[in-house]
Amino acid sequence: MPNDAVTQLRTEARKALDAAPDQGALDAWRVDFLGRKGRLTGVLRGLADLSIEEKKTVGAAANALKLELEEAFDARADTLRLASLTKSIETGRLDVTLPERPHLQGGLHPVTQLSRKILDAFRSMGFSIIEGPEVELDHYNFEGLRIPADHPARDMWDTFWVDEEVDGRRSILMRTHTSPMQIRFMEEHKPPIRIAVPGRAYRFEATDTTHEWMMTQVEILAVDEGLNMGHLKGTLLDLFRRLFGQERQIRLQASYFPFVEPGAEVAMDCYVCNGKGCQSCHGSGWIEMLGAGMVHPEILDSMGIDSRKYTGFAAGMGLERLAMQYYGVPDIRWWYQNDLRLLNQF
Amino acid sequence: MRVSLKWLSEYVDLKLPPEELAHKLTQAGLAVDAIVRTGADWGDEIRVGEVKTVEPHPNADRLRLATVALGGDDTRRVVCGAPNLAVGQRIAFGAIGAKYRDGHNGKYGTLKAGVIRGVESAGMVMSEYELGLSEDHEGILELPADAPVGQKLADVLGDVIFELSVTPNRPDWLSVLGIAREVAALTGETVREPSLEFEAAGPAIKGKCAVAIKDPDLCGRYIATVVSGVKIGPSPQWMQERLIALGQRPISNIVDITNYVMLEMGQPLHAFDYDTIAGHHIIVRRGRSGEAFKTLDGEERELTDDMLAITDESGPVALAGVIGGLDTEVTAKTKNILLEAASFNGPNVRRTSTALKARSEASTRFEKGLPPELPALASKRATKLLVELCGGTAMQGAVDVYPGKQREARVEVTRNRIVQVLGIDPPTAKVRQVLTGLGFSARWVPPDRYVVRVPYWRPDVRIDDDVCEEIARIIGYDQIPALPLSAAIPAPVVQPRRELRERARDLLAAAGMRETISYAMTTMEILERVIPKETLAIYPPFKLVNPLTSDHEYLRPTLRASLLMTLAYNARFQKGQIAIYETAKTYERPDERKRVQGRPHGEEALPVEREVACGVVSGRRADRWGRPSDEDVDFFDAKAFVEDLLRGVNVTAEYVAADEFAMLPGRTAEIRVGGVRIGVIGQVHPDVATAFEVEQDAFLFEIVLDDLLMHVGDQRKAGSISRFPAVEQDLALIVDDETTAGALQNVIEAASLVRAARVFDVYVGDQVPAGKKSIAFSVVYQSDEKTLTDDDVAKAQRKILERLRREFNAELRA
Repeated sequence: MPNDAVTQLRTEARKALDAAPDQGALDAWRVDFLGRKGRLTGVLRGLADLSIEEKKTVGAAANALKLELEEAFDARADTLRLASLTKSIETGRLDVTLPERPHLQGGLHPVTQLSRKILDAFRSMGFSIIEGPEVELDHYNFEGLRIPADHPARDMWDTFWVDEEVDGRRSILMRTHTSPMQIRFMEEHKPPIRIAVPGRAYRFEATDTTHEWMMTQVEILAVDEGLNMGHLKGTLLDLFRRLFGQERQIRLQASYFPFVEPGAEVAMDCYVCNGKGCQSCHGSGWIEMLGAGMVHPEILDSMGIDSRKYTGFAAGMGLERLAMQYYGVPDIRWWYQNDLRLLNQF
Repeated sequence: MRVSLKWLSEYVDLKLPPEELAHKLTQAGLAVDAIVRTGADWGDEIRVGEVKTVEPHPNADRLRLATVALGGDDTRRVVCGAPNLAVGQRIAFGAIGAKYRDGHNGKYGTLKAGVIRGVESAGMVMSEYELGLSEDHEGILELPADAPVGQKLADVLGDVIFELSVTPNRPDWLSVLGIAREVAALTGETVREPSLEFEAAGPAIKGKCAVAIKDPDLCGRYIATVVSGVKIGPSPQWMQERLIALGQRPISNIVDITNYVMLEMGQPLHAFDYDTIAGHHIIVRRGRSGEAFKTLDGEERELTDDMLAITDESGPVALAGVIGGLDTEVTAKTKNILLEAASFNGPNVRRTSTALKARSEASTRFEKGLPPELPALASKRATKLLVELCGGTAMQGAVDVYPGKQREARVEVTRNRIVQVLGIDPPTAKVRQVLTGLGFSARWVPPDRYVVRVPYWRPDVRIDDDVCEEIARIIGYDQIPALPLSAAIPAPVVQPRRELRERARDLLAAAGMRETISYAMTTMEILERVIPKETLAIYPPFKLVNPLTSDHEYLRPTLRASLLMTLAYNARFQKGQIAIYETAKTYERPDERKRVQGRPHGEEALPVEREVACGVVSGRRADRWGRPSDEDVDFFDAKAFVEDLLRGVNVTAEYVAADEFAMLPGRTAEIRVGGVRIGVIGQVHPDVATAFEVEQDAFLFEIVLDDLLMHVGDQRKAGSISRFPAVEQDLALIVDDETTAGALQNVIEAASLVRAARVFDVYVGDQVPAGKKSIAFSVVYQSDEKTLTDDDVAKAQRKILERLRREFNAELRA
């Protein structure tokens, strides 16, 4: 009959286990049935009172039951854990489209960002980045660049003059371009030269949607043996392709700047329409990018650089108008208005 | 410069469509900015008509009925309101369907059949306004008497105008003939020079007129011719049309001829009334101080000895190349003309015209340096026109004083130089073809060079590289290959100051600030808000002579005002936190005592430009959803940005409470490194904020990057990471109110076994005695050698406390 006790115990234990609703009930069940003072232990302890025959059968049944119940316990525990996990997943489900926890979003001014892109391109072509003063002497801004006083080319650069005199002459001005650094650099350094000069420049010019009196320029200067106009063209084409895609084309038109000979206006085919003509390029298919040319031999000679041995090229570009196109801004004056509703977009 | 293709075609055959021609010219450096077509819309409907009859309108006093013949049997009857309509006139007749500009609203419309005051009108006799030719509403357009009746008006009056940008090195392009030469060179055509032939039926000029040049440095040539017995009147229609097409207003036949020849050949001319020239004697000399005369604009002009005057025996009659005198100008009564064609010094003309604010078509040509050969040709051309168009008689010969005669320019160009500069090696035949086409002569001298003779109209070509440019621009810049930079990269040149500024820019942006860029100039009134008046008096900011507006008159010696203005602008739209910065130059007056003398070109007079980073933080922090919370930002938000920047460049700074102009006392600190000030941080004084229309607390920092530069740390090296556990203990101290957390922290962190100490609580109130405060530090103890025992930590803490008690009278808070 003792075997009936084991059977009875099994039925009760399985029933109680299946009814255990949570981990707490499960633990209580374990103590009740499998614990040191539990009911199965009780059965095993009761074996002492039985005959050898009975001991064998009841003992084997009780041990089998112990294994069975332990396995059943594990399985039930697993089931309960899974159920609770499933439940917590259900209740913990997030709306992943809710906004991120905000932190301050900083950033560089779009003109700075564009300037960085251009300078990075030049740097990777071996140009050193160099800057110079924004308030300049007539000597560096004009005279050293073959634009003496009373030269008609001065009309190309309307100038802000600073109210100071040097030796009785008004000779301090807001630089009208970054080109003075060509002279300053060549005073100190001899070829080979490869520099890119970023910086602010100023023009005494009425403002409108495409004209601004403060501007950011990037100037390049390269002087070495064996540099010709082909290298100027290649360098600028390389810049355009790095910035606007490998398929870009370059166009040079003859032009005049007193400090270069030959001189050129340089355009790039429009990256929006690939030269077909669109709103962005005013239908022309081309975007005017910069002025450039071969460094005038008289400038090289005046810097103590033999113009028969060395040749060089220079180019200068304003960034604000390009930035308008690049960032889709309709009015150049927006750049320095510093409206965060604009700046925060970049 | 504008040029009419009709006029241009007189000197060169134009075989290309205008667009193609414009493209070629632009590529070669003569940029065509716009192509304007007159008469493009006129079509077949607008034709030349002849007015046959003019009768009164039966129902209207102001209107008349006209019959207009259009050739053959074709006549039309129209109603016309123009007062100047007369029988026999050739007019522009617009038939039904013609495009016209409405006189009432300026819009273009199509002419419809209509009945005007009961009479049917079969079209319209058109005015210049209705044709879109000018803004002239007054009466109908009268065509030349020889205009062929029935011809399309577009064939008679239609034209294509190029609007050109002429670079200052090419005054020859400020003439139709000069443009024709360029067209000829680019299209392989030949130039037809204008005729200079005429009959001089008068007496010899000798004895009738004399010229003396006293200052040959400013006047290289002066030619006078005399035409007597001219009849003043309007110039012929064809001349007026050409002048109008190029943007000149016809005045009288004499003036129009001088303008016409200037536009045609590029040489400005001046016509004097011969009889008003005292002694018929022209003396070209510098002005004398105190000398004055009335110019033809009615202004009384005072001369200086830097100006070149044209004078007669009684005084100035013109300012050379700039403007003529009132008393000697050609008037309706003028009978005899003295025509001046001269060569003046360009820079001098520019200086004079700029000083007198009298820049003109003439002065802008002279200032670019016109060749002395040109006056001889222009003089003949204009004299011819005076004879032929004004009924005058030319005296024979000219008075030609020519002290500035120069040898013909020659330039030698080697083939190597062409390759060296352009990167292409065009064949000899091509080079010669290009140069010959431009009017140069080029002789190939084997084995390696060209000898090039430069035509008189190209004084801008002086050296071999100028010739290289001529070759390149005519062959086409597109023929130059794009070559990669293949030479060795020069050694890099580094500017540490620039590197630091760019790093600061990145660090502040990464920390959450938004970069702004503001104008470098401001007003004195704004500067006075942020800089003491005494300082501005001792170091006055640099001022512009010619500011664009009074808002941008002074170069800023600080960025603070700019940032506060940007804050004020944005605070209007944005209620949340604003954190903005700028890195830019400030311009300060050099300290006289530190002036470096003797640098070239006056370098020491330039402002000291310092790189500065300035930031402003204001507004309310964001809540979970990014909306402004109830928490305002404070000093320590600003300090976080400064610390991010300084940590990024490996600098440890001290913050020392300080008073600073425009900042709130008690909430302002100097930022020091190694005891030296590098900047300032604090709350903007509320009064100052209000002056900028900032109505909320604003916290500002300004770091002079030039001062920071010398403190920028070496590359940081890694410290040890102990494998033994750290012990963290709180240390709550009671100290005097004025004791700073920084001072306590320095002592704690200097103690042995202390790895780090950080404030986690500051308390002032009932729990501590008056005049005291509690500061609690979380102190981390750790050893690289062993696991610390409680005893080790207790001993270390005891030592710290002893020192704090000694130095700061600090007590452990119970």
